[in-house]
Amino acid sequence: MSPLAPAPRSVDGGTPMQRDPATTVYERSEEGRRAATLPDAGVPERPLEELIPKKLLRERPAELPEISEPEIVRHYNRISRRNFDLDTGFYPLGSCTMKHNPRLNERVAALPGHARLHPAQESKRAQGALELMWLLQRSLSEICGLPHVSLQPSAGSHGELAGLLLTRAYHSDRGETRTKVLTPDTAHGTNPATVTMAGYEVVKLETNERGGIEIDDLRAKANGDTACLMLTNPNTLGLFDENISEIAKIVHEAGGTLYYDGANLNAIMGHTRPGDMGFDIVHVNLHKSFSQPHGGGGPGAGPIAVSDRIEPYLPRPQVIRREAQNGGEPRFDLDFERPKSIGRLRGFQGNFGVFVRSYAYILSLGGDGLQEASETAVLNANYLLARLGEGSAGKYTPIAFDRRCMHEFVLSGAPAKRELGVQTLDIAKRLLDYGMHPPTVYFPLLVDEALMVEPTETETRETLDAFAEAIEAILAEAAEDPGIAKGAPYTTPVRRLDEAAAARKPVVRQPRA
Amino acid sequence: MADERYPEELRYHPEHDWARVEGKEATFGITWYAQDALGEVVFYEPPEVGKQVRKDEAYSEVESVKAVSDVYAPLSGEVTEVNESLSENPEKINQDPYGEGWMVKVKLSDPSEADQLMDAAAYKKLLEDSD
Amino acid sequence: MTRYTSATDRDRREMLEAIGVTSIDELFEDIPEDLRLKGPLDLPDGKPETEVYDRLSELASRNTDAESETSFLGAGMYDHYVPAIVDAITSRSEFLTPYTPYQPEISQGGLQVMFEFQTAMSELTGLPVSNAALYEGPSAVASAAYLAIGATGRKKLVASRGVHPHSRESLISYGAGYGTELVEVPLTDGVTDATALAEAIDDETAAVFLQQPNFLGAVEDMEALGATAKQRGALVVVACDPIALSILRPPGECGADVAVGEGQPLGNRLDYGGPSFGFFCATEEHIRRMPGRIAGETTDVDGRRGFVLTLQTREQHIRREKATHNICTAQALNALGGMVHLAWLGKRGFAELGELLAQRTAYARERLSAVDGVELLHDAPVVREFAIKLEAPVGQVLDLCADEGVGAGYPLGREYSEYENGLLVAITERRSKADIDRLAEVLGRAVADLRGAQVAEGVA
Repeated sequence: MSPLAPAPRSVDGGTPMQRDPATTVYERSEEGRRAATLPDAGVPERPLEELIPKKLLRERPAELPEISEPEIVRHYNRISRRNFDLDTGFYPLGSCTMKHNPRLNERVAALPGHARLHPAQESKRAQGALELMWLLQRSLSEICGLPHVSLQPSAGSHGELAGLLLTRAYHSDRGETRTKVLTPDTAHGTNPATVTMAGYEVVKLETNERGGIEIDDLRAKANGDTACLMLTNPNTLGLFDENISEIAKIVHEAGGTLYYDGANLNAIMGHTRPGDMGFDIVHVNLHKSFSQPHGGGGPGAGPIAVSDRIEPYLPRPQVIRREAQNGGEPRFDLDFERPKSIGRLRGFQGNFGVFVRSYAYILSLGGDGLQEASETAVLNANYLLARLGEGSAGKYTPIAFDRRCMHEFVLSGAPAKRELGVQTLDIAKRLLDYGMHPPTVYFPLLVDEALMVEPTETETRETLDAFAEAIEAILAEAAEDPGIAKGAPYTTPVRRLDEAAAARKPVVRQPRA
Repeated sequence: MADERYPEELRYHPEHDWARVEGKEATFGITWYAQDALGEVVFYEPPEVGKQVRKDEAYSEVESVKAVSDVYAPLSGEVTEVNESLSENPEKINQDPYGEGWMVKVKLSDPSEADQLMDAAAYKKLLEDSD
Repeated sequence: MTRYTSATDRDRREMLEAIGVTSIDELFEDIPEDLRLKGPLDLPDGKPETEVYDRLSELASRNTDAESETSFLGAGMYDHYVPAIVDAITSRSEFLTPYTPYQPEISQGGLQVMFEFQTAMSELTGLPVSNAALYEGPSAVASAAYLAIGATGRKKLVASRGVHPHSRESLISYGAGYGTELVEVPLTDGVTDATALAEAIDDETAAVFLQQPNFLGAVEDMEALGATAKQRGALVVVACDPIALSILRPPGECGADVAVGEGQPLGNRLDYGGPSFGFFCATEEHIRRMPGRIAGETTDVDGRRGFVLTLQTREQHIRREKATHNICTAQALNALGGMVHLAWLGKRGFAELGELLAQRTAYARERLSAVDGVELLHDAPVVREFAIKLEAPVGQVLDLCADEGVGAGYPLGREYSEYENGLLVAITERRSKADIDRLAEVLGRAVADLRGAQVAEGVA
């Protein structure tokens, strides 16, 4: 392999992308231009004010763009190129599982039988959709090791909220009032945010030197006021907590539920299951382990798998299968008769288009392929960790917890900051000049100058090597001149942006002309 | 941005707030260390005049791009004046944390509480020890 | 079967060597033995692409979609025509596959789309601030409640029964966590009972929820209804149909503090209910309480114009337990679809679409009310959906219509016991005059066949 070419260190007149100023679709508008031609009403028409009283009507139309179709296409194509994306390059964001998004899944999701099906269609005329949901439920149940699944939540956070509302309903049904939810200090921000939305108070748990839950701290804090412990395993440090069975025992003896944040499921599919670890409620991020494209910030889905004792409280409606009475085909249906249900958390049945893609992915990989995916994810992460343990990287961005990792790992850039004068932020920005997306930075909060790296299983070894080499090159460069990284990036469509100004005087829409 | 300093005439609270005590009145703000840790301040909404503040309790919040921090009252009393200009120019908290970046003026309910605060030397030591 | 991975035996060998272990199994040693799965998952083995396609195709074939029948189903999601350029743009790798724009320098495409989308939703609702989208309509309504209780410190919520049943149910479900109570206000003649609404609002009310047009398709006098709320210091939250906002006076001009809604009609397929997007707009006063991502304009070190996620200190990844919401992944790609659709319709086309719908809906209402055994549930003004009641059991009428290839509408009875044989009929630009005439004909026949007959539920 040829050595990595050094990245540009300054801006000479700017790249073509940089010279192309950001112009909004409104600024490309010209009065009178349009794209759509609509059909004629085709019915006898009356003045609008006869149909709807004038005082309820708009006085002037919404100021939408006035632009032709070719210009719309050109506009969005051009700005799309100001994005770095997974199809183009390496994207090792921790706990995001940026694995390849198969296009087969897009093709099947677009089949009219799925895509043009109305959510309120009678169940008997939506049997294909309901069966698909049921089969997906069954697959997730098997992968998680818990018997009952609801596909309703639309993202991980939504699943977390569902999990805590289920917890609340469970305790309430037993006549108990509990006010606290335990989360480790390594928890993803959505966990404590969800705790507050669900009407609970956060109690933080300490992390021990192995990166797991400090058991004595858990024993001290788990009591009759503990509603739930929210955890992910492996955790956001990429480390498997070997004490998980003990943790489950302590929480269950205290009477609380155990919630699993499925963001890191990619490490363990086919190797172990959260249900077997003792978790009562698990959410799965279909846009992580199950290949739903991230879309620049969604859509995703956050289905939940629960144990028998939590099942009565599942959201309404549930997709069920009814055995045929007289030897015919089983029928699938939406079950609304759920007297103890927490109710619904959104309209209709959930992000069905995401279910189609995830189910296609599960069919494509199969049980064997899912197991292999996790295996390769863990292999890739450990390999990359080994490569980054060498040379300057090992010295200036060492591993935060010196243990074998699973599918991701966390480095600390504290030595680089101290000795070279470059922060994790600067390393990340300089990586952009190497055509790679940086890892997650400054999370988990526990680690100083954190870099959280998750390569995923769909990356080749050469890509991992190239990343390690880029980090080496950046650190070597910083040893000579830290100013270069501090001024990076140089080659991206824009360079470092003034976020303080954006927050001080927010401009969140195009001003009216 | 301002240079790091901790004026001798002020009293300091471990949550990185300062008080300038003048008889039964005091002015509060946050220290150089606090504004440095926050980064560029983007938003500060002062509390209302008349609000009761209690020593060691948060009485408002200060927001930067990457964090929101509670602002703690070093002493107890009633807010008599607030620095309205911080709504328009919150960056004063970074530029001049002990001068134009002052946050509230308070009529003290118990001036003797000031004895529990640190002097500049003790506060500087606290910062060194935690590094 | 390997899929999408590339590690060969040789790769594995060399990588294991670099790691310093002899087998992949060693990498899983931290998992206690008693928790390791002893056998494979009880799932079928992986299948080649052609078989996966066939399987998914087979499942799709057992759904009666809007291509297989002439559909008048609405109730919040509608069979609009999504222009081809939406598919082309939303399937581009650069929009489809990146993550949330945490590194703005290489996410200007996505951030600019958010900015443009926020502008469009602000224009539609008449409120100055919009976020970059939430999951969908009913949960956006519940998110508005979270803002309201934070802003007012109060715990009571009042909602008209004209608000979508799924939204009201969501308010109750989320309310278990918020500690709120929901009071519902009845409809009279198809619109919110103004007197009952005024009586329900008190000094403990955090927010009043209205829908425009309401669930029965009726256009409500938002300004008048919201007045009492404002007097009592409660927030006015209007859930609105974005397409109807093409011709209706926007909530921002009627005193709304927050406007939310289901974005599916803009650039998104039906997809059996999702993914779509929810929009969330508010007055300037509430900007720091807004949920979700917000893109803001700024400049870079060289003075170039650019966009960033702003006011992030509201969000979960920074504010954690004090965040304005727990949302992380939202529906960015669907919001892009909405934006492209709106750009394609354009200022004039959007208004024309609204007028087209109003005309065809008026025609449909006239034709159906003339059918024997069919009566209007209300005669309030409508835009694109209206409610009728049948002199025959709705479920069986729908079956007969379906047999003739017509999805006649959404039965109201399950969620509105007061409208037992009610039916909600929705019109989109895909339903021509001929389709409407066919509906009248088929519905008429079905009602005539079943009218008066003593037919028990479930008997063929």
